[in-house]
Amino acid sequence: MSEAKGLIKSHTVKKYWMAATGLFLCIFLIGHLAGNLQLFMDGYEGRLQFNEYAVFMTTNPAVKLLSYLTYFSILFHAVDGLVITINNRKARPQGYAYSKPGENSIWSSRNMGILGTVILAYIIVHMQNFWYIYKFGTTPFMMSEDGSSPLLKDGTVVKGGSIENGDVVMAGENLGPAMRDLYEIVIQGFQEPLLVAFYVLGMIAIAFHLMHGFQSGFQSFGLKSGKYGKLIDKVGLAYAIIVPLLFAVIPVYLFMIK
Amino acid sequence: MSASNNINITLKVWRQKNAQSKGQLESYDLKNVSTDSSFLEMLDQLNEELINEGKSPVTFDHDCREGICGACSLYINGRPHGPGNRVTTCQLHMRSFKDGETIYVEPWRAAAFPVIKDLMTDRSSFDRIQHAGGYVSVNTSGNTQDANALPIEKENADKAFDAATCIGCGACVAACKNASASLFVAAKVSQYALLPQGQVEAKDRVLNMVKQAQKEGFGPCSNTGACEVECPKGISLENIARMNREYLAASLSK
Repeated sequence: MSEAKGLIKSHTVKKYWMAATGLFLCIFLIGHLAGNLQLFMDGYEGRLQFNEYAVFMTTNPAVKLLSYLTYFSILFHAVDGLVITINNRKARPQGYAYSKPGENSIWSSRNMGILGTVILAYIIVHMQNFWYIYKFGTTPFMMSEDGSSPLLKDGTVVKGGSIENGDVVMAGENLGPAMRDLYEIVIQGFQEPLLVAFYVLGMIAIAFHLMHGFQSGFQSFGLKSGKYGKLIDKVGLAYAIIVPLLFAVIPVYLFMIK
Repeated sequence: MSASNNINITLKVWRQKNAQSKGQLESYDLKNVSTDSSFLEMLDQLNEELINEGKSPVTFDHDCREGICGACSLYINGRPHGPGNRVTTCQLHMRSFKDGETIYVEPWRAAAFPVIKDLMTDRSSFDRIQHAGGYVSVNTSGNTQDANALPIEKENADKAFDAATCIGCGACVAACKNASASLFVAAKVSQYALLPQGQVEAKDRVLNMVKQAQKEGFGPCSNTGACEVECPKGISLENIARMNREYLAASLSK
């Protein structure tokens, strides 16, 4: 580095950070989606698998590390994006009286800041809906198939056990935290049509954001050129449509089946 | 050959006395404009009328009037160099407009291109970016080597030439929502990055030119691609990708 401040001061370097965090979040979305798709499995098996997955996602150290990286990416992407948007505006203090930007660029590409703000609002509500409730709220607990016994976090059914303050207790002995029923929280949450609509809208914002963002990230790193350029455009468009669509189908599906 | 027609138009032209004054759009009705005239000839016609009426003519940049100098600018009906692609304003003809049409004519808008008067902006920021690295240092020893002595791959020679067709008009900046000069800088970086003569100063070139562009007040690149569409010479976004690669490599190693 010629100058340490070059790490962040340059417009171009800010775009590298934007691209790095954005593309990392694209990978994150795939993982998140894979987890969510388990919600399509119904019955006791489906419920158990989803809740075991929730335990894994909140306790595994490697996942924990990745989750910190994800939080960092979201926050950095948002703050960096805000700074970039301010710089964007500064470069043209006086606008045109008459302008037709639609003739030379797509709407998404010109409104990434607005889309990003909508997505950030979505993420905050989404974290409150599930992550916060699961971690800190009062939640239902996972019970064995006959509904009589609680489960430990590792999935062991404790016959004759009961739950006290979130822990499984049997014969006066505390056996550790009980498995919470995130599946139930999700199912219950999506009985509310307004919430379903909000989630679908959030996914539409993400789709438009990705429609520009995916390929833009590659372009910022200078990776879009020649035959790969067209391929990146195609993969980006497919990603921007398929991933948010699959995410959005889940709340709609859960709302419809109950 | 279709016969030339005459049309009547209404012009909304940005008038601004000097860099300090505020400026506003003013309306002019112009009659009997030949559809065979270029946009600049139409402005000449307007100016003749204004002069005859004892009014101040509209100031605008122009020079070669054949699309190679990059002097003419103008944001016409919401687009740099007006409707259509791959043309400069001097190559834009009045047959692109309809009889009775209202045409907005504004200067390039960018912090780095301040208005001097009316439609004329100060584009010397582009010159300063060039001075920051848009050159190859050649010793003029008196026995200069023949340019063709260095073998250059055809593909690279073509790409370098394509980048070098940039006329520095500033349409890329005018089109960009962030008034970014990325396409201009990328063209100037690429025309040397692809040639052996450009290698010696490659790292300093990209670092210094990009830095100068930011210092001049040009915005960041949002990769909207508006510049490529509006560039009269069709400079490709691939040049921006190349500049970003060069900048990353140079930042990490210098």
